[in-house]
Amino acid sequence: MAQSAAVGTQQQYNYAIIKKFSIMALVWGVLGMAAGLYAALELAYPFLNFNIPEITFGRLRPVHTTLVIFGFGGSALFATSYYVVQRTCQARLYGEGLANFTFWGWQLSVGLGALSYMFGITQSREYAEFEWPIDILITLTWVAYFWVYVQTLRARSQPHIYVANWFYISFILATAILHIFNNLAIPVNLFSLKSYSLFSGVQDAMTQWWYGHNAVGFFLTAAFLGMMYYFVPKQAGRPVYSYRLSIIHFWALAFLYMWVGAHHLHWTALPDWTSTLAATFSVMLLLPSWGGMINGIMTLSGAWHKLRTDPIMLFMITALSFYGMSTFEGPLMSLKSVNALSHYTDWTIGHVHSGALGWVALISFGSLYHMVPRLYDTKLWSLRLVYAHFFLATIGIVLYITAMWVAGIGQGLLLRAFDDQFGTLAYTFIETVTFLHKPYVVRALGGAFFVSGIVLMAINIAMTIRQAKVEQAAIEAKIASKMARA
Amino acid sequence: MSDLLRWIGQFENSKIVALLIFFVTFCAIIIYVFTGKRRKQRLESYKYIPFEDEEASQTQRKVDKDE
Repeated sequence: MAQSAAVGTQQQYNYAIIKKFSIMALVWGVLGMAAGLYAALELAYPFLNFNIPEITFGRLRPVHTTLVIFGFGGSALFATSYYVVQRTCQARLYGEGLANFTFWGWQLSVGLGALSYMFGITQSREYAEFEWPIDILITLTWVAYFWVYVQTLRARSQPHIYVANWFYISFILATAILHIFNNLAIPVNLFSLKSYSLFSGVQDAMTQWWYGHNAVGFFLTAAFLGMMYYFVPKQAGRPVYSYRLSIIHFWALAFLYMWVGAHHLHWTALPDWTSTLAATFSVMLLLPSWGGMINGIMTLSGAWHKLRTDPIMLFMITALSFYGMSTFEGPLMSLKSVNALSHYTDWTIGHVHSGALGWVALISFGSLYHMVPRLYDTKLWSLRLVYAHFFLATIGIVLYITAMWVAGIGQGLLLRAFDDQFGTLAYTFIETVTFLHKPYVVRALGGAFFVSGIVLMAINIAMTIRQAKVEQAAIEAKIASKMARA
Repeated sequence: MSDLLRWIGQFENSKIVALLIFFVTFCAIIIYVFTGKRRKQRLESYKYIPFEDEEASQTQRKVDKDE
């Protein structure tokens, strides 16, 4: 009976596309995080470059960021958004062919992008290194994604669009605008992969960081908040603490995020007023961010005991805690005086990873652990492995962030120190580099913990899918034997 | 009045105009969301939407059982 109900749900919703995106999220996650770990080891032990251009730090770093942000994060967002929009609208996903196009278009873009960077083909724009042909493929994929999502929303059985969908749709719209304007470029010729940006000088830098920070704001924050607003209540078995607060959270982020990109360009040729405006809006962002974090965490109000028995809930609540921590650290670092110390140091790398590992990755892990067994109508293969993953990931993040705080603050202090008597720099550049070695080793250790965690997850999910197939085969055999007897 | 319209139309004032529009709109959203007893009840009722798919699948189960 339960099986037939599951078959009903499978027919009602398009789960095939979600399964594909979920699996690819894990594949890119393992590859991307392993690339990150190797890049971290190269910084601690430069001989690991082996004089092979394709794997030197400069080329491996965009491979890592692309695979984890767009490969892992992007695929997890496609998967969860297609799941959430169907389940909250109680409508089947629009356009099976178009949805499949979004899958192949996205996977191809990520794969080709990573390969092209290893061969030195890049437009050198941070988090947007794809050269123009891949940019066009991404644009087509994204338009298809938008169309599939909007048409599914239009077919909803619910009169109201649940707030998680607002976050997803704002992410889709904002990413489209950001991607198009940041990648306006002129190819050298039609048959060349090389292109040059339409902007130059400080305008180019401004466009780059308008894109860069809003990629953080709408791709890595708003979209994952959509994930949070559906999966935290579902896993907790309780509705979100305050729906009205979630509405304010949404609009405040939408109004504030677009203004803050210029805080990446403090103390540069950028006009001072732009810099100050960005810092002011960054500080204001603290309020909605913490409002949203509190809304998510308070969803568990009255059911805190779930944290003792549910490792998936542990992932989600820890993710929200890191969301709170990194959205406090961000406004702090956007202050010009703090930025004078932190910019161009590893503190920035630590901050990014507190958000990327602590918030983005943990909420994705929690959501995938919740969703995958439901897609296959089975239970997780091992809850113990989920616990092991949680502790490996958390220890890894703490090691990573603390190492980068030490590295970044130390590096900043060494670079700015000067001799009062002669007015010369107190330390040579090489002294600031040798200082970084130990924190870099600890960072790589933290990364190794985190990679081990996702490897355990991949094994657990693979075994869960295998188990589902075995259960399905057993049921089919039972039905066949009953039919034969009849 | 015409001076005000001319001031709004000038390109160099676009940033202040945009800021005022966004700020007023945001304040209006806050007032809308946090006032009215019936509106509060209606908005808060939407938080149960994620659980309605369970009802749908339970109904599906019931239909399957009946069949």
